Amino acid sequence: MAIWADENIRLLVQGITGHQGRFHTKAMMEFGTKIVAGVTPGKGGQEVHGVPVYDSVEEAMERKPNASIVFVPAPFAKDAVIEALDAGIKLVVVITENIPFHDTMQFVHYAKYKGARIIGPNCPGIASPGKTKIGIFPNTIFKRGNIGVASRSGTLTYEIVNALSQAGFGQSTCVGLGGDPVVGSTFIDALKAFEEDKETDIIVLVGEIGGTAEEEAAEFIEENVSKPVYAYIAGRTAPPGKRMGHAGAIISGNKGTAESKIKAFEKAGVKVARFPHEIAELIKNDERI
Amino acid sequence: MKLFEFQGKELFKQYGIDIPNGAVVERKEELDDINIPFPWVMKAQVLVGGRGKAGGIKFANDLEEAKKIFDELMAMEIKGEKVRRVLVEEKLSIEKEYYLSFFLDRSSRQYLMMFSYEGGVDIESMAEKIIKVYINPLIGLQPYHLRRLPKEVRNIASNLFKLFVEKDCELAEINPLAIADGKAIAADSKIIIDNNAIYRHPELPKEDAELTPLEREAKEKNIAFVQLDGNIGVIANGAGLTMATLDALNEFNGKGGVFLDLGGTDDPEKVKQAFELMAKANPKVILLNLFGGITKCDTVAKGIIEFMEKHKLGCPVVARIKGMNEEKAREMLKDYVIPVESFKEAAKKASELGRD
Repeated sequence: MAIWADENIRLLVQGITGHQGRFHTKAMMEFGTKIVAGVTPGKGGQEVHGVPVYDSVEEAMERKPNASIVFVPAPFAKDAVIEALDAGIKLVVVITENIPFHDTMQFVHYAKYKGARIIGPNCPGIASPGKTKIGIFPNTIFKRGNIGVASRSGTLTYEIVNALSQAGFGQSTCVGLGGDPVVGSTFIDALKAFEEDKETDIIVLVGEIGGTAEEEAAEFIEENVSKPVYAYIAGRTAPPGKRMGHAGAIISGNKGTAESKIKAFEKAGVKVARFPHEIAELIKNDERI
Repeated sequence: MKLFEFQGKELFKQYGIDIPNGAVVERKEELDDINIPFPWVMKAQVLVGGRGKAGGIKFANDLEEAKKIFDELMAMEIKGEKVRRVLVEEKLSIEKEYYLSFFLDRSSRQYLMMFSYEGGVDIESMAEKIIKVYINPLIGLQPYHLRRLPKEVRNIASNLFKLFVEKDCELAEINPLAIADGKAIAADSKIIIDNNAIYRHPELPKEDAELTPLEREAKEKNIAFVQLDGNIGVIANGAGLTMATLDALNEFNGKGGVFLDLGGTDDPEKVKQAFELMAKANPKVILLNLFGGITKCDTVAKGIIEFMEKHKLGCPVVARIKGMNEEKAREMLKDYVIPVESFKEAAKKASELGRD
C-alpha cells in the first residue's frame, strides 16, 4: 500500500506542452509513473515524450487516466481542475502557484461534491517511492520505506526527505499539501490515511506559520493516531503580518505563530525538531522505534 | 494588498453601501474647497491598525482648527507608517455602532460572515458576542443567513458580500457600521485584496503601500522578498527552506535581515537580479542555502559569478550548496564564497560573521 497514489495510477498531465509540463513529464516517467495522456487546448494531436496530447480532458479519457496533475498557469487553473473533475477524475494534484483563493475555494468544494481528492495547490505533489510520483519532487531524494511524510512546503520537504533517506529511513508516501491558505488535502486527511496504511509505521509532518492546520492536526493526533509522529515547523523567527513567500505563511494578529504550533504538537506527544535534518536524528534516538 | 480607508469607501459607494460625505486631502489648501458643514471628522490615512488609539482621528469645529489638525496629522507617524493623506468627513450623529465583515476562514475552508452588536472596538476582544455565519463558496450568501442580522443592516451585508466576492477580497470589513438617523452607514472600511487576483482587477489601485521600496522592486521582478530587522541576508530556494534558514540563524544568535526566496528558478539572469536586490538591502553577510533538487546548482552559480564580476559586493557570502551538480557549483564558486558543508554549519558561520 501507500496513501492516495500507488502503482495503479494512470496519469493525465494538464498543461503538458508547457516548459514545466514537459520537464516533469519526463522526470515522472523516469521515476516510473505511468503517464497515459496529456492535455493542452489547441495542441491536440502532438506528442510529448511519446505521450499523446489531447485538446480536452473529455477526449483524453479514452486513455483511461485515473489521476491528473495540473501545470496550467494560475489564471486558467480553476478551469483545468473543474474540467478534470467533470470528466470523472478522482485525484487532481495542482502544482500551480499564485491561484486566486476564491478560485481555489470553488474547486476544493466542487471536488468534495464530486467525491474527488485535490492535493495542492502550490504544492510539490505526491510520491510513493517504488510506485509512482505525481509531482515535481527530485527523483533522487527518495528511498522506499515505512515513513509517511506530509508537508506544507516544497524544498524544505526535499531537504528533510533527503536527510531521512541518507540516514537509512525510507518513505511509504511523501505528500506536499501546499503553501496556500486553502488547500484540498490537510494534515488531518494525511494523518487519517497514514494511520490506516499498513506500510506506514512512522509519520513526519512539516508545517509552517499561518493558519491553524498544525493545531488541528495535534488535536487529531491526540485522539486518533497511534503511530509515532515527528514534526518540524518553519517560521519561528518570522514577524507578524509579513507573508513569508507562501501565500498561507502569515501570522495574522496573534494567530498562526510557530510557538503555538510547536506547543500544540508537543502536548500531543509529537517530537518537534529544531533543525530540518534533525528529524532523522530524533527517529534514530527514539526508544519507541 | 490592503486598501486605504478612502479607497475602500470608494468601493463601498460603487456597491451601494452608504458612506459619510467626505473628501481626501493631500495639501492644506484643499481644505478651503471642502463643502461639508462643520464639525468635521479628520482621519489620518494609514494601513496599520490602532489608528484611533494613536491619535490619528480628530474633530474640527471650524476651518482654522481643521488646518491646525491637518498639520498635526500629516506630521504623524503611526507605528512607523507616515501619514500622506487625511480623510475629511461629516460628523455623524451615531445611535449605534455594529461590526460586520466577510473573510476567508482557513480552517473551515468557507467564507465567514461575522457580525457584532458592539462595533468600533477591537473585534478580537469580544469573541463571545459575535454572530458567525459560514457560507459555502459555491452557494453564496442566502436570505436565511441575512435573517441572523438586524433588519437595518441586511442590505449592506448583501452588498458587502457581493463586493467581497467580485473584488477577490481576503477581508471586507466595516467597523464601525454606524446607525445614524435610522440609516446604516459605513463609518470605516478595511479591505484586503488577494495579491494573486490583482491581475484581474485593473480598476483597483496599483500600488501596494505596505511594501518597502525594495520589496516593491522585488515584487515587480517576481521575487519573494521580505525585509526584516537583522543584518544577515538569506537567499534560499523555496519559502519553507528560506524560513527554516532564518530560524536556524536564530539558534546561533544571528538575525536575518532579508528573506529572499529564489523559488524554483536556476535561470542565471534571475539569480543575478536576486543578488542585486540583496546587495541593495546592504546586509553584513549573505547566506546562500541551496537545495537543488530540480534547480541545477551550477546554473545558480553562473548567475552569482555574473553578478560578482560586475559589482563589488561589500560583504562575504556564506554558501551551502547541495543537490544537482553541487560539486561543479562549488568548484565554480570557490574564489567567490565561503563554502560550508551543512545547514547547521552555514547558520553558525553566517551568525558569527553577522556579529563581528
